[in-house]
Amino acid sequence: MSDTIRWRAEVYVSLRPGVNDPQGLAVRDGLRRLGYDEVEDVRVGRFVQLWLSAPDAETAERRVAAMCEQLLANPVVEQYRFTVEPA
Amino acid sequence: MRFGIVTFPGSNGDHDALMAVRLGLGQPAELVWHTETDLSDYDCLIIPGGFSYGDYLRPGAIARFAPVMEAVAREAQAGKPILGICNGFQILTEAQLLPGALLRNASLEFVCDWVFVRVEQHRTPWTSRLVPGQLLRLPIAHGDGRYFVDERTLRDLERNGQVVFRYVDAEGRVTPEANPNGSVANIAGVCNERGNVVGLMPHPERAYDRLIGGDEGLQILASVLAVGWELVRGHRS
Repeated sequence: MSDTIRWRAEVYVSLRPGVNDPQGLAVRDGLRRLGYDEVEDVRVGRFVQLWLSAPDAETAERRVAAMCEQLLANPVVEQYRFTVEPA
Repeated sequence: MRFGIVTFPGSNGDHDALMAVRLGLGQPAELVWHTETDLSDYDCLIIPGGFSYGDYLRPGAIARFAPVMEAVAREAQAGKPILGICNGFQILTEAQLLPGALLRNASLEFVCDWVFVRVEQHRTPWTSRLVPGQLLRLPIAHGDGRYFVDERTLRDLERNGQVVFRYVDAEGRVTPEANPNGSVANIAGVCNERGNVVGLMPHPERAYDRLIGGDEGLQILASVLAVGWELVRGHRS
């Protein structure tokens, strides 16, 4: 059995640009009501943390990308980015 | 015709569909649990509304990977009539058996109301008894019903006649006020290219008798009967 390392991935999923984000608009308006007039735009997304084992960072990243494509994001309307670090 | 109603943990429209088919149509119907892998016994399938797997992550995202969905995809491929209602519509888009996606309502509010939809396409097994331009009054109950496709896909859908229902006012006009969730082009329901798979956000199964507020949804469920036994049987061979 090959040695595996434990990794922590942090995945950020958000609506694609051009897809109306009413949650973001509501948060923006809330911030402005609090006096943060400098806020131009807000987009609300989803943050997913996961822990996995893989022999190297490259493999871990490949697996996480596949998870994003298959389940964590809906490619029709969402985009994603992630980081992978030793846990 | 024998109806199969696919039930996931969290489905809550399954018994409504069962009653609508049995009492409203007088046809045999059975609930099919999400672990089932063979749906060949049924002549048509309904994927009902509710909150499959609690809508965790996104509505329909987890249900899409239920064992039964492989069988649903197989039957869709074979041409069997499949109707996705509300959460069932969301599941069918997640499974890519229907185009697009359903997003949080533009109002951010859960809407529970009666709406008018206009029939845009009658060449599907679920609208064959309807006439293009006909209005139906149906109930809605959803928080994630904003249908979205990008502009290019929308043009394709319109050109292919895949827009099946549109939200309209009582006079049949497509207006922003008649759109309960901010769906693109007021779309309330679509079908796949072949037309056998239809999804919509309104609940026809909750409008099968005037005693429960309306009976116009029954025409959608009854349409599938008009497809004819022979045609459905033919899909099996």
